Amino acid sequence: MAWTVAGFGTLAAAAVLLAPLVGSTRIHLGAAFDRSIPYADNIDAQIFFVARLPRVLAAALVGSALAMSGVVFQALLRNPLASPDTLGVSAGAALGAMMAITFNLDFSLLGISAVPLASFAGSLGALTIVYGLSTARRRGTSALVLLLGGVTVQALLSAVIAFVQYLADFTQTFRNVRWLMGSLDVASYSPILAALVPMAVAWAGFATLPRMLDLISVGSESAAARGVNIERTERIALVSASLATGAAVSLAGPVSFVGIIVPHLVRLFVGADHRLVLPASALFGGSFLIGCDLVARTIIAPLELPVGIVTAIIGGPVFLWLLFRRA
Amino acid sequence: MLEVTDITFAYSTLRAVPQRVLDDVSLQVQRGSVVGLLGPNGSGKTTLLKIIAGVLKAPSGRVAIDGQAIEQLTRRDLARRLAVVPQETQTTFDFTVMDMVLMGRYPHLGAFQLEGASDQAIARDALAATGTAAFEARPFATLSGGEMQRIVIASALAQASDMLLLDEPTAALDLGYQFEITALLRRLNRERGTTMIVSTHDLNLAAALCERVVLLKQGRVIAHGTTEETLTAANIRLLYDIDADVQYHPRAGHLTVVPVGRSR
Repeated sequence: MAWTVAGFGTLAAAAVLLAPLVGSTRIHLGAAFDRSIPYADNIDAQIFFVARLPRVLAAALVGSALAMSGVVFQALLRNPLASPDTLGVSAGAALGAMMAITFNLDFSLLGISAVPLASFAGSLGALTIVYGLSTARRRGTSALVLLLGGVTVQALLSAVIAFVQYLADFTQTFRNVRWLMGSLDVASYSPILAALVPMAVAWAGFATLPRMLDLISVGSESAAARGVNIERTERIALVSASLATGAAVSLAGPVSFVGIIVPHLVRLFVGADHRLVLPASALFGGSFLIGCDLVARTIIAPLELPVGIVTAIIGGPVFLWLLFRRA
Repeated sequence: MLEVTDITFAYSTLRAVPQRVLDDVSLQVQRGSVVGLLGPNGSGKTTLLKIIAGVLKAPSGRVAIDGQAIEQLTRRDLARRLAVVPQETQTTFDFTVMDMVLMGRYPHLGAFQLEGASDQAIARDALAATGTAAFEARPFATLSGGEMQRIVIASALAQASDMLLLDEPTAALDLGYQFEITALLRRLNRERGTTMIVSTHDLNLAAALCERVVLLKQGRVIAHGTTEETLTAANIRLLYDIDADVQYHPRAGHLTVVPVGRSR
């Protein structure tokens, strides 16, 4: 099974290297990496590294962060329908980021700027509400309450998002609407670097989780009886997934369906073991979003579609197929 | 020896008066013995098993294994001493039977350590002991209820502890599987000397399997002793308000309980 993960790795590497070659101007990989031509004269290299690579890297980061968050939520809640979208975590992150954008918030903390911070605060806030709801009724979290709570919180947050939009002026509203559709048009490396800090923290958290997720997905009490520290695992998992989702949303807006379909597709290839599912989902999530973004920027060229529209159009039917397959 | 001393427990609720689920519960389980935990719904059987397993913490009282309080053991140490078999196990994802059994090795492995050849061998041995070696590569979710329960027992055996806590292990099974699981547990006790605490509603299962029984009602131990002395018509009436015939059955080789009607 480990070779399947290596396969996903090859796919991701190929996607990062080849996707920047596609676009309005044809460029060649060999020319872009040809060190004998001075960079100032190497048009291929300039297009590759300045115009296109940031966007592809953003897609890779966002796709892998959303996919890993989906894996973690599904295992922790023992529910295949859990994802950053269905739990309202993406909506919380979107609200946070949009408020930071609309009200021009300008501050930073530990090198993280306002938009990713507000986005993380929003995702953690939404998750805290949903999680609090599900734990308040009884000891232990009820997966059903969590999902219903997620849907409700998502609807509530959408209303607040609409309210913030209503307060914004006309051009601001247009920008917000475009942003909410999900777009990877990052234009430079700096927003990627800003998102990289919270993502690195999330990766470190995710790295500790796979075996505990296996045991918890079979039952939290039997996991506890085998020596898993449930409370600590839940805390690490929820904070890491909120950080990753927050960072992804701050970079690209709420790109839907990646967090729910990628883990399921990956499990078809590598099985259920999270030591394989988590890294494979990170790799495939990145490749999947790079592919979707490639479609988004070429299908009606020279116009570019927001990538969120493409992921929803591909992801919706795939998700329905997965539902039928299970039933 | 497992010693439970004066355990009192109440679930914290939003209501004003917390309901005591366990009230001064004490019991002893000798190494190598099989003890049945009997009592009506809500009598505190499952809660008591969770406290013994260290999943719940009791505010007062003490659980000790061979003289050592379980709070002094780490979670992993405790999991190496005793394993839990829940009533039912439902998986969210398509784990194979081997995946499920290898999860029992968790307390024996380091944080990033993968299962090695010895873990695989222990898992295969556990599968063989439960008669499920043929299922090794099957997806767990495709098995029948009785097969699943045998795999879960195998996974508890792979944990390599010498004590098993079983919470109504046959409740979800039909008569044939109930019989099969009972026979399996008897054999494991006889051949491996595994100590077992079995909570059950099935008085005949308790009579067939357990040397001693503990009767719980409303969180209190109302009787505790050998099965012959304790599983009596009078005690069954106390526990369930049921009038029952309790007789030694020569062909079965143990006591049998036939409920006759509501008492009073």
